[in-house]
Amino acid sequence: MANFQTPEITEYPVIPLLQEGVMKHSKPYMAAPKHQEALGFPGGLVDNWKEVAIDKMGELLTKYRSLPVFLDSCVKCGACTDKCHYYLGTSDPKNMPVARQDLLRKVYRRYFTVAGKYFPKLVGAVDLTEEVLDDWYSYYHQCSECRRCSVYCPYGIDTAEITMAGREILACVGKGQKYSNEIISKVFVIGNNLGLPEPALKDTLEGLEEEVKEDTGIDVRFPLDEKGAEVLLITPSADFFAEPHVDGLIGYAKVFHQAGISWTLSSYASEAANFGIFIGDYDNMKRVAMRIREAALDLGVKRIIVGECGHAWRVAYSFWNTLIGPFDFLDPRYPAPQHICEFTYDLIKRGALTLDKSANDHRVVTFHDSCNVARGSRMGDMPGGQFVIPREIIKAVCNNFHDMDADTIGEGTFCCGGGGGLLTDDLMEVRVKGALPRMQALKHVVQEHGVTHMAAICAICKSQFSKVLPYYGFTMDQIIAVHQLVGDALVMGPKQ
Amino acid sequence: MGFLSIFYALLFYLAAGLLVVGVGSKIVQYARTPAPLKIPTTPAPTTRRGVVLRIGGEVVLFTSLFKSNKWIWLFGWIFHFSLLLILLRHLRYFTQPVWWWVALIQPFGKYAAFGMLFGLAGLWARRFLVDRVRYISSPSDHLMLALLVAIAGSGLLMTYFFHTDIVGLKAFVLGLLYLDWQPLPPDPMLIIHLSLVLALMIVFPFSKLLHVPGLFFSPTRNQVDNPREKRHVTPWATDASPTSGN
Repeated sequence: MANFQTPEITEYPVIPLLQEGVMKHSKPYMAAPKHQEALGFPGGLVDNWKEVAIDKMGELLTKYRSLPVFLDSCVKCGACTDKCHYYLGTSDPKNMPVARQDLLRKVYRRYFTVAGKYFPKLVGAVDLTEEVLDDWYSYYHQCSECRRCSVYCPYGIDTAEITMAGREILACVGKGQKYSNEIISKVFVIGNNLGLPEPALKDTLEGLEEEVKEDTGIDVRFPLDEKGAEVLLITPSADFFAEPHVDGLIGYAKVFHQAGISWTLSSYASEAANFGIFIGDYDNMKRVAMRIREAALDLGVKRIIVGECGHAWRVAYSFWNTLIGPFDFLDPRYPAPQHICEFTYDLIKRGALTLDKSANDHRVVTFHDSCNVARGSRMGDMPGGQFVIPREIIKAVCNNFHDMDADTIGEGTFCCGGGGGLLTDDLMEVRVKGALPRMQALKHVVQEHGVTHMAAICAICKSQFSKVLPYYGFTMDQIIAVHQLVGDALVMGPKQ
Repeated sequence: MGFLSIFYALLFYLAAGLLVVGVGSKIVQYARTPAPLKIPTTPAPTTRRGVVLRIGGEVVLFTSLFKSNKWIWLFGWIFHFSLLLILLRHLRYFTQPVWWWVALIQPFGKYAAFGMLFGLAGLWARRFLVDRVRYISSPSDHLMLALLVAIAGSGLLMTYFFHTDIVGLKAFVLGLLYLDWQPLPPDPMLIIHLSLVLALMIVFPFSKLLHVPGLFFSPTRNQVDNPREKRHVTPWATDASPTSGN
């Protein structure tokens, strides 16, 4: 692992001075040939990579309106330059959104615009060289596709779209990223990101049933592949065993139990996350998503509910209807898909759950808006519902809640630093440094309000913070699932 | 009718043609390229009306820029608003009789040139003073600012120091519009001012000035946030319409 220094948390957020090239060495492992090929990409760098890359760029420019519009429209105003958590944490100028985009824009200008063809130096256009390709590989894997920059851009230029295009071109010339591509191939073969086969999954769920029985004395079920259940729950596979995720899963199960609604997991589609979005490849994203539709039809469910997972919820909310819809076989009285927080919030509002807030009195809680939920999706029926609903749930189950600084939450939320396919040990340096702005805001509420826990609704956030919090002097168990708070406060048994 | 008048008359048609065809073809390209997935940056409006208001806010008030950086917003907005006033003021050279509201804004339009210079100066200063903005600036970014400053400067000089033959200029412009060419007053400052404006029209479709049409086509801003309620499909991805399961 790279030897690096954890950035210091200063009293006030600071925009760092540029340090050119300090993160150039940061690169993820390359995908193995078999994982590349499973996704339909060449096994290694192809001989005519330059031609393939330019052709692919040309193809993407005709398939996604975002690309030509975003590549043409930037005026280099600088509004985004201090908005990326990776820039704030690393001070590498190529982590400024505009500069990250420019890695691709320079090549676009050279091959696809009149100005770049005839006056390359004037407009900053460059030929596609091995050095440029290397920069793409380094810096498009230092973007978590969190879209914070797109909030602040006067033209809504979304670096995530550029990063996805960059990664797709890289994969097409044979330079795929190990972490994402290996995971997608596991999903195709086994059904989830972790490569957890059905017997292991069944065993895990039985273990959870026993655990909850010991704790509460109540038979809370964790059903798998139950045909005719009302709800299919699609949740990140980390929920099946990792801490703190599994406590969230226990929370969902308790809520379903108390609501008296039958539900099931699917061993065929035992994964909510769709890493297709990370590599920007439409076909792979669709193929990963299609398993959900197939499982829902196979099990004959009436509703699909998605667990606590950020990019998964973005794909589910924004893309599923397009990719694998229409969902006309589901009960039209409910949104398809529905987020577990929408489901729980609805029950709370109707008074269907008995909650004992004091069960969480030993915690002072803050809430981390996960980037793709905050900026790429919605909950409920009003704009911004994704900010309101999780907070209302927390306030309904906790007596002590304090938000972090206003410009670090909601639509301006800082990414955990591990999203977008970066949650891998070979990228630990950029993950730790990228978490700085969030750690800063957390430290502030810890000092001001005695906050003890940060709740989140994303598997990547939870995994990332478990690993990164100790670098900044916090403890790994300070990150918890929103549904753990719900599960702890829920009074089990017959409704009182 | 000297050589100068004919030359500038032809250049005017060329520049206008390039501007219209160039920007037009970009608009056609943007409009024809599909946006296969719903990617509005949330919190996004859930209705078409809301989208119109959102884009309207971006165009008129620069709302996103206001959120990001108050200095860029201040300089950028003053520059753009001044430019708008100046452009509208210049309609008096293209209309006969002059529309009442164009006459009304004349005094404001005249002073707007100072606003334009002030805004541009602020924007340009950032390119030298802020290390992040210096890093991302290419020669064309400086040239564009230089061009706009020169246009505003030459215009101001004409207004206050080197008066030109306004009546002759208007006759020239109307002559262009009605294809009845008239001589161009041979004042050096006017020639400089016109040349710079023609240069701006010519580079428009090949430069970052494409942010003007781009803003309206930005999917993160112009999409309605209703993916669960309404299925969003795109021709190249229509095979994503399965009818049965496994």
